[in-house]
Amino acid sequence: MSFRNTLMSLCVFSCFFVNSIQAAKKFDYQLKAVEIADDVYVFEGKREDFSFKNGGNIVNSAFVVTEKGIIVIDSGISRRYGEQQRAAIGKVSNKPILGVYLTHHHPDHFLGNQAYMDTKIYAFADTKNSMNVEGENFRTNMYRLVGDWMRDTSIVLPTENLKPQIITLGEHVFEFISVPGHTSSDLAIFEHTSGVLFTGDLVFYNRAPTTPHANVDQWQKSLSTLKKLPFKVLVPGHGPVAKDDTPINQTSDYLNWLVTTLKHAASNGYDMTEVMRSKIPQRFQSLALVREELIRSVTHLYPGMENEFLRPVNQKD
Amino acid sequence: MKVLFGLFGLFGFFFTVATPVSAAETKVVDPLDSPQWTVMHHLYLNDEAVIFDDKVKIYAPEFAEDSMNVPVSFDASELKDIQEIVVIADLNPIPLVLRYFPQEISPYLAFRIKLQQGSPVRVAVKTGDNIWHVGSTWVDASGGGCTLPSVGTSTGDWSSTLGLVSANIWERSDDIPNRLRIKVMHPMDTGLAPGIPKFHIDKMTISDKQGKQLARLEVYEPISENPMLSLGVDKYEYLKINGRDNNGNIINAEVVKR
Repeated sequence: MSFRNTLMSLCVFSCFFVNSIQAAKKFDYQLKAVEIADDVYVFEGKREDFSFKNGGNIVNSAFVVTEKGIIVIDSGISRRYGEQQRAAIGKVSNKPILGVYLTHHHPDHFLGNQAYMDTKIYAFADTKNSMNVEGENFRTNMYRLVGDWMRDTSIVLPTENLKPQIITLGEHVFEFISVPGHTSSDLAIFEHTSGVLFTGDLVFYNRAPTTPHANVDQWQKSLSTLKKLPFKVLVPGHGPVAKDDTPINQTSDYLNWLVTTLKHAASNGYDMTEVMRSKIPQRFQSLALVREELIRSVTHLYPGMENEFLRPVNQKD
Repeated sequence: MKVLFGLFGLFGFFFTVATPVSAAETKVVDPLDSPQWTVMHHLYLNDEAVIFDDKVKIYAPEFAEDSMNVPVSFDASELKDIQEIVVIADLNPIPLVLRYFPQEISPYLAFRIKLQQGSPVRVAVKTGDNIWHVGSTWVDASGGGCTLPSVGTSTGDWSSTLGLVSANIWERSDDIPNRLRIKVMHPMDTGLAPGIPKFHIDKMTISDKQGKQLARLEVYEPISENPMLSLGVDKYEYLKINGRDNNGNIINAEVVKR
């Protein structure tokens, strides 16, 4: 064997070796439970859009370990996420899982439900209805956006109709609050004992809010509701955990700017492609995906605003 | 005309072989490398001379958040002596979007289209020297835009609003043309949804108060339901809009700046 051939086969061998290591790592979300208060853990997602690289791990999910068992908040984007989330929870505590609580019907928050089919799955009735209507489209679109990470993912609907209420599990007290606006039906969970507030996607932090099903007026009202709660730690739907109301204020400020900018553009006769290129204020430029979300939000919100500034100019014959 | 194209073709070939990254090549070879470009060139630009030209400004988002309503706009005001403007989406089942003839007003138009999949979107502007100047952009889309029934048709209420027009004119200062925005209620069915024949606006004209035609527009199936158009109308403050659809329904409206 010539020196060159040896080199070649070494290269082929090592390439093969590296590939097999990567194959073993493949489709591993690397979920790490971070304890943010006593008994309260968060899996923080990346501040990115869906991609083949991140597999859709762009969302924060969480769990609370009580004496009676564990409650899980949102099940993630895929079957693989749900299963890996449950395995990671198992490493922290071997207590039984009492239930999964779903904050809203967007795919990154509930497509991991398959991992919890032996437990109760809770959501508001409207949330369940939206999952039933839109879930299948979300699911197929996610295959397009993140590929094989979605393998074998199917829609599992909530088993229990959640109502706003307070429940006590061991020494933990959970308040389930209806805070619509990001969608037509959103859940926030305030755990009184630890002082942790799980806002769902009512709050985005250092990541631009998304608006595909938003009612911004309602969203702002719900943010005011959240702001009044005596929380010590805030877990946003997307972005880092915080110790004060900065994430609420940032979300509110951004939504206010967004609506003001779009209304101003509509009243001045601008078209969508012009609004999509609007200048983004300095204070929002560090938000992850801000331009992308502005473009998406123009698609969601602008058509509903521009009619107001047109006048009927003919009559039907 | 054909000789000119032949020359461009020859140059393109020459530069491709000799210097693959020369400036001349980028002028005549599709920058998006679309598999359908040759066909588009043949079908809609009659195989005439083409250059890919940055003077044709085309704006569309990189991804279609709503495949039924993808906003597109163009501005070709850097070109003179414009004869015709053609908008094409190469990979759409119906590629031809519209033809615009801005005879007396600015070559600016904004509209929304249905996209069935990710596709190049082209604005080809023919100047008096019989050369097509093409601006191109790529829009990614998850699909379904052309083969779904319109909302109006699926809910059944399209006939109560058919042909209603709402509009407005906004004054712009200095050299910027005034803005006309016009929305026409129409299902714009593509004929690709099962059992729903194609039904779309096909001709529109914009005229001044005296009836002098300022621009002419041919509209095709990919234009979104209830078309919303924005035009640059120079300093005009009174405009007449006339049109019809492929079933012979007439559209008439007069718009005054307030």
